Amino acid sequence: MKRDNIQLNDQGRLRHFLTIEGLSRALLTEILDTAESLTSVTEQSVKKVPLLRGRIVVNLFFEASTRTRTTFELAAKRLSADVLNIHIAGSATSKGETLLDMLANLEAMHCDMFVVRHDRSGAAHFIARHVAPHVSVINAGDGSHAHPTQAMLDMFTIRRLKGDFYPLTVAIVGDIMHSRVARSQIHALTTLGVNEVRVIGPRTLIPRDIESLGVHPYYDMKSGLQDVDVVIMLRLQNERMSGAMLPSESEYYSRYGLTEEKLSLAKPDAIVMHPGPINRGVEIASSVADGPRSVILQQVTHGIAVRMAVMSMALGNPPLRQEGTP
Amino acid sequence: MRLHIRGGHLIDPANNVDRQADIYIADGKVVGIGNAPGPFTVDQTIDATGHWVCPGLVDVSAHLREPGQGHKATIASEAQAAVRGGITTLCQSPMTRPVLDSPAVAELIRQRAEATRMIRVVTLGALTQGLEGQQLAAMAALKEAGCVGVSNGWSPIANPLVLRRAMEYAATYDLTVFLHPEDAALRNGGCAHEGAVSVRLGLPGIPQAAETVAVARDIALVEQTGVRAHFCRLSTARAVQMVARAQFDGVPVTADVAVHQLHLTEMDIADFNSQCHVRPPLRSLRDLEGLRQGVLRGSVAAVCSDHQPHEQDAKLKPFSDTEPGISGLETLLPLTLRLVNDGILNLRDAIARLTSGPAQILGIDGGHLAVGARADVCIFDPDAAWVVDSNALTSRGRNTPFHGWELKGRVTHTVFDGRLVYEG
Repeated sequence: MKRDNIQLNDQGRLRHFLTIEGLSRALLTEILDTAESLTSVTEQSVKKVPLLRGRIVVNLFFEASTRTRTTFELAAKRLSADVLNIHIAGSATSKGETLLDMLANLEAMHCDMFVVRHDRSGAAHFIARHVAPHVSVINAGDGSHAHPTQAMLDMFTIRRLKGDFYPLTVAIVGDIMHSRVARSQIHALTTLGVNEVRVIGPRTLIPRDIESLGVHPYYDMKSGLQDVDVVIMLRLQNERMSGAMLPSESEYYSRYGLTEEKLSLAKPDAIVMHPGPINRGVEIASSVADGPRSVILQQVTHGIAVRMAVMSMALGNPPLRQEGTP
Repeated sequence: MRLHIRGGHLIDPANNVDRQADIYIADGKVVGIGNAPGPFTVDQTIDATGHWVCPGLVDVSAHLREPGQGHKATIASEAQAAVRGGITTLCQSPMTRPVLDSPAVAELIRQRAEATRMIRVVTLGALTQGLEGQQLAAMAALKEAGCVGVSNGWSPIANPLVLRRAMEYAATYDLTVFLHPEDAALRNGGCAHEGAVSVRLGLPGIPQAAETVAVARDIALVEQTGVRAHFCRLSTARAVQMVARAQFDGVPVTADVAVHQLHLTEMDIADFNSQCHVRPPLRSLRDLEGLRQGVLRGSVAAVCSDHQPHEQDAKLKPFSDTEPGISGLETLLPLTLRLVNDGILNLRDAIARLTSGPAQILGIDGGHLAVGARADVCIFDPDAAWVVDSNALTSRGRNTPFHGWELKGRVTHTVFDGRLVYEG
């Protein structure tokens, strides 16, 4: 049965931001443009615009996160919203309250937006399907499914540094299997029309059906990095060693760790990205992470503007293009 | 009680009957087909003109939730749903609470079912105590208490030596072993078919090999022990081929599929639709076609509802946290008839997979309508179209992914033990 795109309202405007999949190139571009107009806010001395004044944003984190939660909080505050941080230990609501009961209670407090992180794939969709009509849901990472704001800040970073998407070849390296970031990046890159997306890793970390997402798998990093414009490294979770997915960190590093030597196979002006937090000496050499081609910290900065853009668009208050300064 | 079912078109695959014929019933038995057995005074006449008449359906898997899960359903509540779906015999797995590993539980279920006076419930006893895969259950006592087979449910025995012993012991008492072929290690906590859709949704996948590895191992052990075995709810095309090959080689194995596996695929979970969370998972279109082939050729001898009624909350969670299963009693017949309407199965084979096939697997008398047979009858209008409305289901479980589907074929009368127990 075909359903409507739950992320859009009747006018085709963003209502929830759950996944990149199913969103148009025009809409993704609008997010990037809006973020661009908002970056000046983050750089001026009074770092606030009144776009979400009087609105209540709830950070609902069922899974630990420092960076993502902090940037969402900063983004909401710069939009002048009131922010409530709720951290629920474990995925089960601890006092036996169901997820839906908890949402109903928050809605009764007239919250306008839930920023949700959850360890189950589809959790944000589930919540979006059951919230009151006035509430927007932003997915801040659900299981291995999606992390769309991370992907959009990566797109923002790429566009700022590379301009057009069309000629780019992008390689995503590491644990594609379990990565919500990679899935969202793949959808964003293919929607924005890059030349080629490659995924690089051992077969234990690259799903067999990955090509159905429109990417090319490479099992050898050296051939995979040949002439790429952007290298995106993924964090390797420690538990991948225990689950018989990899023999050892050192073997992984020798084959798939990004060293200066391997990076030299990419284009001379290739940039290196990483969603963080990084494991130095596991997936990336310190000299690369801290090197001139690394844009890892810029990604973090851009995260605030992109999240501001998504939040203001979802609550129906996109700033005008020239409205960067109030 | 003496019944006369008049003017219907009788389909009784077991007896090779496919023609218009009246049925005469007395004292719970069929006493005449076509002609009355001499002078026959009738208490009740059912006009089946223009309708199809077949044996009451036999469902090899329905979870009636009793004892132990009364918040989901009870035998009494599901009996009403069963007869509305034309089903008169259901098989309950040992996955009750407590586990059906003692004669007392079997006896309780038998009594509760008898009290409904609408359906017959046959039971599978546990293969190991508590379904824990360690100690053999008291199979001889369970058989004495009426269990028609033994099974370890959704806890397939990991240790092949224990399974071998369990098979040998079951064979001693001529019990069929019902196997859910699923390798737990390969399943690895998955909740969806490992394929394009699970990759896209980031849902932990269950590879095809989780089923085929188990089928291969189990067939080898069946050959070794000589036990009669039945594979429950096959989900992959490859497993169907393996079972067909084993049957060709003379290994005593049978198989069934759940009817939803013949209509839905992995694509149906694409928006995290928890109503499509089932176990084993919905698989690829190729698998669906392979399962249909198995049903067509008869290597899969039964199509079942795998009825699993749930309370609403069980499905109101993120996909992987929801409980698997579909409330399926009321859609078993129309979904099977849909295969006939789509030209995939002929009507006779379709009815066979719902009556004589499952009866044979369970080793019970039923699923046919010759003189002297049990008078369990299903009468339906094959052309009546209706739209499935989950809120209008009789079952206490409203969990169906078929909500909104237009189906053809509606049960008009169900006769159980010679009495009219449902009239639509």
